Amino acid sequence: MDLKLSSHTPTDAEVDAIESVLGPTRSSWHGGDRTDAEQHGDHHVARGGHDLRTQRHRLLPVLHAVNDRVGWISRGAINHIAARLDVAPADIHGVATFYGLFSVTERPTRQVHVCIDLACRIAGADVPDGAHPSPCLGLCERAPAVFVTDAGERPSQGVLAPATPVQVRDLVAGGRLPDEPAPQAATPQVHHDRSSLVLLRRVGVGDPTSIHAYRSHDGYLALRRAIEMGPEAVVREVVESNIMGRGGAAFPAGRKWHTVAHHPVRPHYLVCNADESEPGTFKDRAILEGDPFSLIEAMTIAAFATGCEQGYVYLRGEYPRAKQTLRRAIEVATEHGLLGDDVMGAGFSFHLDVFIGAGAYICGEETAIFNSIEGFRGEPRNKPPFPVDAGLFGKPTLINNVETLANVLPIVLHGGEAFAATGTSGSTGTKLFCVSGSVTTPGVYELPFGATLRQVIDTAGGVADGHRLRAVLLGGAAGSFATPDDLDVPLTFEDLRAAGLTLGSGVVMVLDEHVDLVEFVHRIAAFFRDESCGQCVPCRVGTVRQEEVLQRLEHRGPAFDDDRQLLADIGRVLRDSSICGFGHSAHGAIESAIAKLGVFS
Amino acid sequence: MTTIDPAAAVRPGTPVAPPKHLVELTVDGETVRVAEGTTVLQACRSAGHDDIPTLCYGDTLTPKNACRVCMVEVEGSRTLVPSCSRTVDAGMVVRTDTERVRHSRRMVLEFLGSSTDLSVAANVGRWNEEYGVDTERYGSERATKAQPVVRDNELYVRDYEKCILCYKCVDACGSQWQNTFAIAVAGRGFDARIAAEYDAELPDSACVYCGNCIAVCPTGALMFTTEHDMRAAGNWDESRQTQTDTICPYCGVGCQLTLHVQDASIVKVTSPSDHSVTHGNLCIKGRFGFQHVQNRD
Repeated sequence: MDLKLSSHTPTDAEVDAIESVLGPTRSSWHGGDRTDAEQHGDHHVARGGHDLRTQRHRLLPVLHAVNDRVGWISRGAINHIAARLDVAPADIHGVATFYGLFSVTERPTRQVHVCIDLACRIAGADVPDGAHPSPCLGLCERAPAVFVTDAGERPSQGVLAPATPVQVRDLVAGGRLPDEPAPQAATPQVHHDRSSLVLLRRVGVGDPTSIHAYRSHDGYLALRRAIEMGPEAVVREVVESNIMGRGGAAFPAGRKWHTVAHHPVRPHYLVCNADESEPGTFKDRAILEGDPFSLIEAMTIAAFATGCEQGYVYLRGEYPRAKQTLRRAIEVATEHGLLGDDVMGAGFSFHLDVFIGAGAYICGEETAIFNSIEGFRGEPRNKPPFPVDAGLFGKPTLINNVETLANVLPIVLHGGEAFAATGTSGSTGTKLFCVSGSVTTPGVYELPFGATLRQVIDTAGGVADGHRLRAVLLGGAAGSFATPDDLDVPLTFEDLRAAGLTLGSGVVMVLDEHVDLVEFVHRIAAFFRDESCGQCVPCRVGTVRQEEVLQRLEHRGPAFDDDRQLLADIGRVLRDSSICGFGHSAHGAIESAIAKLGVFS
Repeated sequence: MTTIDPAAAVRPGTPVAPPKHLVELTVDGETVRVAEGTTVLQACRSAGHDDIPTLCYGDTLTPKNACRVCMVEVEGSRTLVPSCSRTVDAGMVVRTDTERVRHSRRMVLEFLGSSTDLSVAANVGRWNEEYGVDTERYGSERATKAQPVVRDNELYVRDYEKCILCYKCVDACGSQWQNTFAIAVAGRGFDARIAAEYDAELPDSACVYCGNCIAVCPTGALMFTTEHDMRAAGNWDESRQTQTDTICPYCGVGCQLTLHVQDASIVKVTSPSDHSVTHGNLCIKGRFGFQHVQNRD
C-alpha cells in the first residue's frame, strides 16, 4: 500500500510500546531508521505488503500497548503503527476513536472511570471533576464501582468497589488503589447450600491459578473423558444436553457445535465471548477470576470437538484481575501440555490467546467481536452469513459465552441426558443469576432453571431490610421489568417469554420503593444512545431520538400523547430494521417500564 | 445514461463466471426468476419494482446496508431485510410495500431528515411525500449534525451537515476503488463522522483529489466547489445544463468524461458508472483539470 504519512514521529516510549507487540522494526520500509536501512543495503527492497497486512489483527493489542504506556495515542504513534502494519493512518484513527478507553488527545496518565450505570446509580454513584462517567463496570454486587488505569512504563489497572465519594476524589488526585477482595466475594452463597453448585463449585476453594488445586477438584477429568469419547460423541452429548446459550440470546449451543464440527471449510476458529458488559451482569467475571482453568478446559474440549486449532477469549478491558488471572492460567496450562501443539499427548493442537476489549459494549455482539479482533472498528456485521459459516477471518467459527462453555464440563463428565435432567425441558441445567440492587447479599447465585424469581431473591437473603420490592429488572438494559406479581414465575426461557419477560444474561436487579423509575429508565435510554456503534441509521439516530423523547416525557411537555406514539414508532423501527441485536433490544426495557410499571403515565 | 446490472459491473481481469442457476422467488405475489447470487433489490427491480428507495447503495460498490431505507419484508424473517445486500433464496417470498415496510422507511427518512440536511439529495423529497415523513414531531431541541462547511482546498467542499454516514466515500477512497485510504469513519454512535486521521485538513491528508468520493456521495455532502458556490449564489440550474460525453485528453487510459455545462461553462465533470474503463472513477486531472478549456485568452 502506498501510505502517505504526516511528518509526526513517534517518541521512544511509543516505539518501545509498539515493538513490545510487533517485535523490532526490520527496515526503513516499515518505520525503521533510514541510515540503518542503507547500511543493510535494503533501501531498494519494499518489504511488507501482504506479509504486513496479514498482521492487522495485532492492531488492537498495539493500540493497547501505546495507550498503556503513554496514556494516549498520538499522531506520531499512529504513523509508526501505520508503517509497521501497512494500514492507513486514517483507518487506525477510525479504530482508535471507536473505543472508550483510548484517547487520541493528550491526557493525564491516571484515569478514573466511575460507573454511572444501573446498580451503581441506585447506590449513589457520583462523578467528581477529573473522572469519567463509565457504563457498567460489572461490579454490581459491590456498587458503586470505579475502574482506575495508570499508564507508564509499568502500567497498572485496578478497580475499587464500593467506592465512597472521598475515595474516588482521592483516586483522581493520584491516591493508591486499595487491594480488591478475593474473587469468591462475588459468589457469597451465605444463604445457599454449596453442595448444589455445579459451575461455581470451585470458586473460592483454592488458588485459581494453581493447576494442582484445579486438578485436585476434578480438573481436566472432562477433557480426558472427551478425548476417550472422540469429537463426534462430544458434539452429540452437547446436542443432547439441549443447552441454550447463556449470553442473552438463548440460541441452542449444540446446533452451533454441530454445524462448525461438520463444516468443510478450514480452519475453524473458537471464540469465547467474555466481553461481559450488559448492565447488571457480572457472572462471567466470577468464573474468569475464580476458576479460569474451567474455561480453558471447556474451550479445549470445544476445540477438540469442532476441529479448531486456534481459540480467542475476547475479554472486556474493564476486568483487570480477570485478564491477569486468565493469562496466568493459560501460561500454566501451556507449561503443563494442556494447551499447545500436542494437548495432553493426544495428538491435537490448540492455542489460546486473550484479546482485550477497549471499552465498547457493542463488542459483546458476536460479529462485532470478529471485527474487533481482526483490527477493524467493532461494528456488527449483517447476518447472514452466520458465524458458523463465515465468522472470524471469514472462517467457520464457534462462538460461545463464558457461562455456556463452563457448562461443557458437566455435560461431558455426566452426559447430555444427565445434564438435561436438571431444569426444565426447554431450559436445561443450572443458571448463574447476577443478583444486585436492594437485596441483603448481592452476588452471583447458581440455581437450577425453573427456580422462581422469589427463590432467587431469597437465596440472596431477600429484599434488603426495611425496603419494599417495587420492581425487578430482568436481563439488564436489554431486558425487561418484572413486578411483585411476577415473583412466582419460574425463571426459564419459555416461562419468561410467555410472561412477556426476558432472562437475558441472568440479571436480577431488585429495585425498591426509593428508586426513581423515570430516571432509571432514562439512564437505560442514555446507555443505548452512548453505546450505539453508529453504523445503521435506525440505531444511530433512533437511540438518540428515544432518549430525547424520554427527556421530554420526564418533563411532561405539551405534546404528551404524540410523544408516546413517537416512542412506539421509534421502538418499532429499532426492532424491525437495525443491523444487530443491540438495536433490536434498545427499546425493550423502556416499553416494558411503560407497560408494566406505568412509568410516564 | 442507462442504468446497468451491477452484477455485470465486473472489474477488468475478472474471469468469466460459469453460468448460474436460476432461482424462483415471489415479489409482491408475482413469480420472478433470477440468477442465483442476485440480490433481492436486483430481483425486485427486474420484476419492475423500481420504487424501492436506496441511499447507501451504489451500483459500483459492495452493499454496506447501513442506511436501512431499502428494507423489505421476507416471509419467515423476524426482522425486515435489507434488499440491497441480501441474496435471493429459492422460494423466498418478498413483500416490498406492506405497512411494516412503509413504517420502517418513513422512520429512517424521518431520522435522517431530522438530523441531517437532505435538501439536495436526489429523490428524497419525493420519498418524504410518499411515506408521510414529518420531521417536526422530533421537536426543536433535537440533536442534529449541523456544522460549518469545510473548505480546505479549491476543488471540493465537505458539508458534513448533509452526511448520512453511508460509508460510500470511505469505500470508494479505500480498497474498493481508489486505494488511497485518506478517510475513514471515526468516533462512535451519533458522533461518528467521516475524517482523515486526527480530523486533519485534506491538504495534510493522503487525499489525491480524485473526487471519486464526490461521485458516490448520495446527499451532496461532498460537492465540487463550482457547484457548491453556484448553489449558494442561487445560480445552479440543472434544467439549463447540458451533458457532453468525451474522452479525457490527459493520458492514454481513455476515461470517458461527462461534462456538465451551464451557460457555456463546465461546472462539473463525472464519468458514467457503467463505463468499462472508469466505473465512474476518475483522477484529479480528468475530474478537476478542465479550467484550460474555459480560458478564453
